[in-house]
Amino acid sequence: MSGHWLVRPDTLRLLWRVFIAVLVLTVVAEFLVAHHPHFRVESVPAFGAWYGFLACAGMILFAKGLAVFLKRPDTYYGEEGSDG
Amino acid sequence: MASAWLHPGLLVVLAGFALALLRGPARAAVALAAPLAALWIVLAAPAGVAWSGTWLGLELRPLAYDALSRLFAVIFALMAFGGALFALNQKSRLELPAALVYAGSAIGAVLAGDLVTLFVFWELMAVGSTLVLWSAGAGAYRASLRYMAIHLLGGVLLFAGIAGHVAATGSTEFGRMALDAPAHWLILAGFLVNAGAPPLSAWLPDAYPEASWSGMVFLSAFTTKTAVYVLLRGFPGTELLVWVGLFMVFYGIVYALLENDMRRILAYSIVNQVGFMVTGIGIGTEMALNGAAAHAFTHIIYKALLLMSAGSVLYATGKRKCTDLGGLFRTMPLTTVCGTIGALAISSFPLTSGFVSKSMISQAAGDGHLLWVWLALAAATAGVFLHAGIKFPWFVFFQRDSGLRPHEPPLNMRLAMLLFAALCIGLGIFYQPLYALLPFSTSFVPYTGSHVVVQLELLLFSGLAFFVMLPMLQRTLTITLDVDWFYRRLAPGLVAAGFLALGALGQALATAGDGGMRRIKAVTLALHGPQALFARTWTTGGMALWAALLLAGYLLVVYL
Repeated sequence: MSGHWLVRPDTLRLLWRVFIAVLVLTVVAEFLVAHHPHFRVESVPAFGAWYGFLACAGMILFAKGLAVFLKRPDTYYGEEGSDG
Repeated sequence: MASAWLHPGLLVVLAGFALALLRGPARAAVALAAPLAALWIVLAAPAGVAWSGTWLGLELRPLAYDALSRLFAVIFALMAFGGALFALNQKSRLELPAALVYAGSAIGAVLAGDLVTLFVFWELMAVGSTLVLWSAGAGAYRASLRYMAIHLLGGVLLFAGIAGHVAATGSTEFGRMALDAPAHWLILAGFLVNAGAPPLSAWLPDAYPEASWSGMVFLSAFTTKTAVYVLLRGFPGTELLVWVGLFMVFYGIVYALLENDMRRILAYSIVNQVGFMVTGIGIGTEMALNGAAAHAFTHIIYKALLLMSAGSVLYATGKRKCTDLGGLFRTMPLTTVCGTIGALAISSFPLTSGFVSKSMISQAAGDGHLLWVWLALAAATAGVFLHAGIKFPWFVFFQRDSGLRPHEPPLNMRLAMLLFAALCIGLGIFYQPLYALLPFSTSFVPYTGSHVVVQLELLLFSGLAFFVMLPMLQRTLTITLDVDWFYRRLAPGLVAAGFLALGALGQALATAGDGGMRRIKAVTLALHGPQALFARTWTTGGMALWAALLLAGYLLVVYL
């Protein structure tokens, strides 16, 4: 592994801490701004946060499920699988 | 004013032909000047019909401007300029001329005031884009044939629809159409083929990634967005399009999540983004149509930027699979930054161009109280960040150290990336000029506290989901089957099986035929052979007897 500062474990730990702090801040910020919800579900606290997370988790799981049936080696069609 | 009668599309097409003959600085000058001249003409030309005439009894308006066509012509001209700048050092002598013919015919298609002119430019686009694919060499040839076959199919559907429409109405005018006649269904089908809509979405991720490092930048922009333009003009508010669009949105996300080829990830993401636009067209309110048009405008820029960064990586490393890439930020910092800006813009991060366009579509779904559409769009917004916003830069530029230490690309490629990165951020902050170009006047304000905070929550928590679930997203040397399996595997398999069966049948017939022939020969010999019944010499008495018997029989029959 290269010693680039961006990939050192210390830096990565720091990046995670900053990321989590930002996540918390965005949820806190929700209570500081005025909302004009169109739908009731929007008024549930931290809607964007949990909905975004669950939607992504759902899509990843769906994709993995689909892959069980539709995944093939990338040489499947013969002509693919070469670089360039 | 020359801008009133010059045709910006034909100008770019002609420049494409001229490029084929030019070398060196003159070639670069024409390649860059023609799109800029077209941009100037489009911006300066007055609204209304500029060219009109009659041909074969058809009223034609080959050049006409209104707010919608001008918006698309502006972004196409801008894109042709950026793409040409990026492709200046492309070694292929065919690609850039073909790309300008392709770009010019796209401009011609959106400025066409009637269906006949639209069709002509539509087909010219198919020719230009196929040539762009061909210029990538032998590796792209088979994909380009599949690409061409699908586009010829789309062209036939469109032509049949236009012919039916003109026959029924006597008018070639291209206006809003209702799905009340087979001809209009055919026109819609022709449009949707080019949009990358189901069931034939697979042509796009199949063909585009086989283009050269610069070719795909052009391909990403024109065909699908011309389709968005014609849907905006012909079928706004068609509810079917809401569901078609939402399908495309999630199709793009799911397939991109499973993909390993960096440019195929971005190709699936084109289908995803066009899905947002098609959904907006289906919703059909002024806000939604503005959103779809604005999103087409911003998408062309950030998708070109993403593909320029991917193209730079391909140019510098010759590699296109995520499993071979990673850690490139060390030696390609500018490409990394520009690619990341494109990734943020496609994810509609606040302060980028994607935010000011996509929020209009969501807003329209909310205003229309379409809860499920709105929820689906919100989930898809999160999904875009997942499959393109993080996945692309993460696997290409960060991830692990692949050991590759490529150089930044040449100056013209860096300048093109910088220009489009600046546009992504510039349009995100100074969005008024874009809103002023939209088909309907709008007072929409994208930056409210609530919009920004909810969007940041959605995106950042998708980011959390990405890193938490990263082990499930590790890339493998796989592809995911799509509808193209039917014409790449099943149909050739059936044809091969058919030929086998035909061969076996022929063999069986030949064998059976041999036996049959022998039997016929034996029977013939038995009856007509030298000493057989019908061939041997008969006695005169015998003949007289048989003749008498025959005559007696005849008499009997007569008197009975």
